[in-house]
Amino acid sequence: MGRATGRDAGRRGDRRAAVRDTIGVGLGLFPIGMAFGVLVVQSGFAWWWTPLFSVLVYAGSMEFLMVGLISAATPLASIAATTFLVNSRHLFYALSFPRHRVDGRLGRAYATYALTDEAYALTATLPEPELTSTRILAIQVLCQAYWVTGGIVGALSGRALPESIRGFGFALVALFAVLALDAIRAARDVPTPLLAVGCALAAARIAHERMLVVALGLLVVVLLVRHRTRGPGAPPGDVVPDA
Amino acid sequence: MPEGPAILASLLVAGAVTVALRAVPFVVIEPLRRSSVIRFLGLHLPAGIMVILTIYTLQDVPLRSWPHALPEVVALTVTVALHLWRRSAVLSILAGTATYVVLTSWLVSGGAIG
Repeated sequence: MGRATGRDAGRRGDRRAAVRDTIGVGLGLFPIGMAFGVLVVQSGFAWWWTPLFSVLVYAGSMEFLMVGLISAATPLASIAATTFLVNSRHLFYALSFPRHRVDGRLGRAYATYALTDEAYALTATLPEPELTSTRILAIQVLCQAYWVTGGIVGALSGRALPESIRGFGFALVALFAVLALDAIRAARDVPTPLLAVGCALAAARIAHERMLVVALGLLVVVLLVRHRTRGPGAPPGDVVPDA
Repeated sequence: MPEGPAILASLLVAGAVTVALRAVPFVVIEPLRRSSVIRFLGLHLPAGIMVILTIYTLQDVPLRSWPHALPEVVALTVTVALHLWRRSAVLSILAGTATYVVLTSWLVSGGAIG
């Protein structure tokens, strides 16, 4: 282990880079985590259930749903089915999440467990040479830390700020919009985002309750068709914007 | 409100399904990573998924009643314009959210009639 010092310095740099990567997302996760904490306490749970929710079911939108489902004493089978539908978008994340860059069984296990929308978006858009194991794991640990801390702060502050908190939920919309712009810039392609808008609007019309799952399924089908019609020869890196 | 063990059981079930959804595809996908379809999807899916998630978070905004999605449209425009201009995620999210908080409190509690 003679190169340990150089590698430690590299890891420190990766962790610092991860802090920079996650500041924007943290500004979204922390206040939404607070809103979640307030909801948990207002629904009659003790404050310490908030971190338990966020560790056992680490999936923001599903955690919000779980508060209502548990309060209504929903059967476990229904909870399993709902979770499957709401989180089935994660089936698509494995296609481009750089888990193969993460070292060790434990590291890969955590990377898989903590593969949220935000973690996916932050890592899938990083340039290939910057994808180190430490950077990816640090991004994921920080995302969960922002979310859990926000939840605890919200749960402990209780009913103090419900009105202003509601407006802070917009941070989630702004977050996804910003991540969309970054991803579009990284792929340098115009048709895909337009096709995605079409998929979303069609799904909202035909399956409002399950809009997310239907829209993502449609998107995969449309992209498969697009790949096929482009012809088999061209490597994906050569995609040129049509506009 | 259910008892502690019932709450815990619900959380464990939802947690197990969530982790399974995140883990299972890797087993199927890993050997296919070099295929041209998977690389094409890997390049194009992120942008498409983020666009869909953005629309998903906005789909329950009421259009017919006051304030007719006005705060959402203005705040989203501020967010996108700032991000195209400065490329700073922190600035874009913060400014967009601040715009939204100010607009909703002003338009909704300011006595405006729809």
